[in-house]
Formats: sequence, structure tokens, C-alpha cells
Amino acid sequence: MNTEQTLAAVHRTVTVRATPEKAFTVFTASFASWWPTGYHVNPNGYETAFIEPRVGGRWYERGPDGSECDWGRVLEWDPPRRLKLTWQLDSEYAFDPDPDHASEVDVTFTEEEPGLTRVDLVHCRFEGLAGGQSVADTVGGESGWTAILPHYVEAAAA
Amino acid sequence: MGTYRLEALGALGDPTRRQIFELLAAEPLSVGELAQRLPVSRPAVSQHLRALKEAGLVIDRAAGTRRIYQVNPSGVAGLRAYLDQLWGTALASFQAAVEATEAAVEATNPADQATDTEETP
Repeated sequence: MNTEQTLAAVHRTVTVRATPEKAFTVFTASFASWWPTGYHVNPNGYETAFIEPRVGGRWYERGPDGSECDWGRVLEWDPPRRLKLTWQLDSEYAFDPDPDHASEVDVTFTEEEPGLTRVDLVHCRFEGLAGGQSVADTVGGESGWTAILPHYVEAAAA
Repeated sequence: MGTYRLEALGALGDPTRRQIFELLAAEPLSVGELAQRLPVSRPAVSQHLRALKEAGLVIDRAAGTRRIYQVNPSGVAGLRAYLDQLWGTALASFQAAVEATEAAVEATNPADQATDTEETP
């Protein structure tokens, strides 16, 4: 139970003094206005980042020299209620193009009262990205994880 | 093969060890710094760190005469800890940005604050 918690999805909630429409727009159209600039992967530096407003759109950053680095894709686009993205940066901060490895960032916008919106963010399925190189190499392949986890959960609960 | 990962996860089964791991997820720390923040002795902290290191969950480096421990981002638990920190920081920043925008909108257009502004400009 406790250990499950450690490996459970990352869940973060924030309540903002704004309508869901405003909260959704700032999250997406003004993404670069709030994203902490320290979190970027482009070796040439960070200038801005975007979420393209449609299913299949890119989530990416652009450096001062115009070079771009992908982070993920838009899986669901349902303003102002829901946004679902893939996060495809592995633990080495490299873009993993395999959609089967993609982790998911699910963001929902719920109006708690007029002008007050709860934003729930759940980041899950990151197991597919973990240890892209080192751990996978050490243990000899990635297929082990899915097979092992149920045993572990069972053991932890016992 | 599989045992490696089982070991990594099993290492987090102990509550003190999990607490050490969570502290390290927030910032790299030495044994002494960890012992100060926890109700356990330095030798106990060292023992937990050894287990976490053997499981591949933390890595250490020398800094002068001290050893600094940090979460190993190459494991699933390390990646999760990293993302948890990231979203905490990012959402706090998001909240500030939304509320700054909202305040700006209210200031420039006080009569219109409750209406939907999705229409054509």
C-alpha cells in the first residue's frame, strides 16, 4: 500500500481564481508565460514553448536559434474542461518517439464556484520511459516491468 | 534480471527509507543533513542509504570530505520523484500566471469580468 503510493501516478491539484475558460487558455495558449524555464531539454537553450491547440498537436520548446525539441503530443483537446498530453521525455531527457512508451499528462478544469477553478493534473504511465538506457540495459530489457509489478503489488499488500 | 527491479521497489517498503528517498527527491543531501531531519541516527541513515544505493534508487558523489546523495533519475521511482517536483513548481507558477492575467483583465475591463470572452475580438 505504502510502496504503491510511491509508484502511483503523480497527482497535483491547484485552485485558481479564474473561470475554467481562462484557466484553460492560460494553460495552453499562454503555456510559455508560466512554464518554469529551467525545465527544458534543448542544449541550445530555451526561449519559448508551445502546445498546439488540437488533437495530434505538438508540445514542444524552441531555442533562441530557432531549433525545436519535442516533448509530446496532444491526445485530447476539450476546452475548457480537459486537456490530455503525452510526455515522451525519458529519464535521460531524450524524446522517445515510441507511443507505447509515452507517459500521459491528464489535466482537468473543474469550476468549484463562479470564478474559481480547480485544476487537477495527473501524470501517469511513466514506467515506459523510466531508465531508457541504464536500467533497461542493466536488467536486460524493458518487458520485465509489466510482468513484475503485479507480483510486487501483491507482495507489498501481503 | 527481474530481481533487480523487485529489489529497487522493495527498498522503498520501509517507511524511514521512503522518507529518506523523498527528502532526496527534493534536494541532494549528505548523511549528516539527513540525520538532522529524521528521528534516526547517522549509522541508521547510512544503512538505509546503502540499501537505496544497492537498489539503484539513489546515487552519491564526493563533495570535499562529504558524500552527497541524490535520487537516481534513471529508475522509475526517481523519474516519478522528478516529475512530482516538476509539476509542483510548474503549477504554482501556472496559478500565479492565471491570477496575474485575471487581475489584468479585471483592471482593464472591470464591467466585463464575468462574461465569456471567447467571441471574436
